[in-house]
Amino acid sequence: MESIQTDVAIVGAGGAGLRAAIALAQADPGLRIALISKVYPMRSHTCAAEGGAAGVIKSDDSLEHHFNDTVGGGDWLCDQDAVDYLVQEAPKELIQLEHWGCPWSREPNGSVAVRPFGGMKKQRTWFAADKSGFHILHTLFQTSLQFPSIQRFDEFYVTDLLVDEGRCAGVVAIEMRSGQMRAFHARAVIVAGGGAGRIFPFTTNGAIKTGDGMALAYRAGVALKDMEFVQYHPTGLPSTGTLLTEACRGEGGVLLNKNGRRFLQDYGMGPETPLGKPVLKTMELGPRDRVSQAFWQEQKKGNMVPTQWGDAMLLDMRHLGEKKINERLPLVRDMSISYMGVDPVTDPVPVRPVVHYMMGGIDTDIRTATRLPGLYAAGECACISINGANRLGSNSLTELLVYGRRAALSAIEYLQGGVPAAGASALAAGSTAAQARLRELMQRSGGGETLAGLRKEMMQTMEQHAGIYRTGEGLAQACETLAELRRRYQRIELHDKTNVYNTDLLQALELGSMLDCAEAVTQSALARRESRGAHQRLDYIERDDANFLRHSLAEFRGSEPPRIGYRDVVITRSQPGVRDYSGGHE
Amino acid sequence: MGERRVELEVLRFNPETDSEPRFQRFSVDCPEEWVVLDALNHVKETVDPTLSYRWSCHMAVCGSCGMMIDGEPKLACKSFLRDYAGVIRVEPLRHFPIQRDLVTVADDFVAKLARVKPYLIPKEPKAVEAGEYLQTPAQLKRYKQFTLCINCMLCYASCPEYGLIPDYIGPAALALAHRYNQDSRDGGRTERQEEIASKAGVWECSFVGACSEVCPEHVDPAAAIQQVKIQSTLDWYKEHLMPWLKK
Repeated sequence: MESIQTDVAIVGAGGAGLRAAIALAQADPGLRIALISKVYPMRSHTCAAEGGAAGVIKSDDSLEHHFNDTVGGGDWLCDQDAVDYLVQEAPKELIQLEHWGCPWSREPNGSVAVRPFGGMKKQRTWFAADKSGFHILHTLFQTSLQFPSIQRFDEFYVTDLLVDEGRCAGVVAIEMRSGQMRAFHARAVIVAGGGAGRIFPFTTNGAIKTGDGMALAYRAGVALKDMEFVQYHPTGLPSTGTLLTEACRGEGGVLLNKNGRRFLQDYGMGPETPLGKPVLKTMELGPRDRVSQAFWQEQKKGNMVPTQWGDAMLLDMRHLGEKKINERLPLVRDMSISYMGVDPVTDPVPVRPVVHYMMGGIDTDIRTATRLPGLYAAGECACISINGANRLGSNSLTELLVYGRRAALSAIEYLQGGVPAAGASALAAGSTAAQARLRELMQRSGGGETLAGLRKEMMQTMEQHAGIYRTGEGLAQACETLAELRRRYQRIELHDKTNVYNTDLLQALELGSMLDCAEAVTQSALARRESRGAHQRLDYIERDDANFLRHSLAEFRGSEPPRIGYRDVVITRSQPGVRDYSGGHE
Repeated sequence: MGERRVELEVLRFNPETDSEPRFQRFSVDCPEEWVVLDALNHVKETVDPTLSYRWSCHMAVCGSCGMMIDGEPKLACKSFLRDYAGVIRVEPLRHFPIQRDLVTVADDFVAKLARVKPYLIPKEPKAVEAGEYLQTPAQLKRYKQFTLCINCMLCYASCPEYGLIPDYIGPAALALAHRYNQDSRDGGRTERQEEIASKAGVWECSFVGACSEVCPEHVDPAAAIQQVKIQSTLDWYKEHLMPWLKK
């Protein structure tokens, strides 16, 4: 197998991977950087983020406010030292992006504009209309082009980590255009592979969000942390799951049931606020978990609007007027008209909660280091524990910048500490084993299982049992089904046995990643016998700090289900309290 | 939910097994509100798993699924079945080599993007600690439209010049260069002009305007190119007729 020698290999070229690459190139122009991604960088799913990125910038705000909103929003499952680092670094990172040309929306005087966002007590969400993630991604990609030391490997799918003497020593990847495998010998590896929303059938996530980065680390012995916490975004189009940003509500949009009532007031988020004058941290600016749960409750009562794609609530933005909608929410208008045939200027848009984000992921410390020396993780695939049990909207774009950079700095510190050269025989053995596994999958015949069939069963299981509200019984069923699906996965048979851009093979590998992630979600959810943030159990309806103010850790055990362990949350100064999103909170 | 039988005629080519491209007909039942991409996904899942194409976001922002649909460059995720009658012909983007089926080789486009220095070259360097550059909404508006390019390459597939002269830098990359030139924070226009005001740059454009017609994000690269031409002409006059104006 051909091998490529590099200093740092980055797996994933979305926001976190690009930010890490730039930080590495700036810190030490002599470093060889291999930026490896299964898609061209600008196809990465960061591009689909709409609303914005949170960072304290205005004079009425403070780091302490951002900290408190994040920790309370996360139902106290955030590591508070990590949140401190996030909120401190956030404004610097957002200004850095501004210096790189990001077209942030502006105030009349030319300073950066901010907008209100769910669960945030002050206006601190920087935005570029409703294409914030798109502009962040393209700004980073374009900026990265000026650094010759960043060598890109576009459309390479990483199948394995190489490990020698207990250190991460590189990766093995398939070059899509040739079907050939390549070994990347690296002194450090940063995984920035994104989330796994595609384990669910109804999701805002693009096709590429298949948990590959999570699965890589998990199989190499790094735990997946807090995987039971899956975020539903309250407002997706019922037809396609396309995201309508929380900024719709930040700008003043309201949520109605079929009777025209702003029903969030009936779920602890009232009293009703004046139309068109959104009040921070209450009603429609409550956190995503609470709003999605209120939808579910209201649906149970039969108060939702039936559509051909299932029950929906109505997102009413008519009172914002055409000018404001065009200026602040152009993509939302375009999507609503294209995919639903509804113009938000003239009609309320049907929406329903949709799987959006994984709070959990690869277990790292606050320096982004995993327990495998030489392996770092950042972005949605990582769980640095700033999101806890429920992420606040606009913290994830900030996270991928702050911790993408942090991963680069940590990797450099690691290299400076002296990394012994990996043994040639161990690298060769790792590569050979990866190649043998791939060959077996390519050549297998008579297995009888189909990729599309297994994928569909996985998605249905997750939708049915691991959604907004869960039960022990349902989760136990889901765990059983997923264990069976993982067994059957060993018998899937490819239709396409050729080499060039084989998407049948690619999807089979992605399904393998998804099944591992899905099982970690359901096993962690079954073990957490409490309700906290985005994890709601109908059989354990209260938060249980005595037993579960802890991170879950799913440990990979091959063909067996993962073992679930726990670690205490880092609490520095904010003790668990009541999450109050009623209008009377201040 | 209304359904309709859809006939797709899809270009197939696998360099390992085919000596030349061919068309394959698929006949599938599709809900009326589907887009062409949904129909392709349905074919791949239920009829032929070997069909290869790129896609991801399904919301016209990742730029992956550009292809020729009934002869026009389109995003498959935003081409509604309801807008097509009869057999729908699906081919890879014109003017790019076919890697396999609907997947094209994008190397040339990606290299051209990098060539135009598409990053901010600050007019006045500033430390992060000194805060943001001020930029009024009016200043933002001067370049904002040209930031919206999703790199879907539809404009290259529509451009007759690019088809004839592969060296031509092309609409998206030129518009991107212009985007930075127009940014009040940027001082790199002279550096970029060397690349884009050249023979392979804006002067290759014969102002057909197809790029702007097919652009799914209304970037209007043709306008960007004409603006660069005007600026470049003014540069020439300043340099040759009014040398005292040179800084």
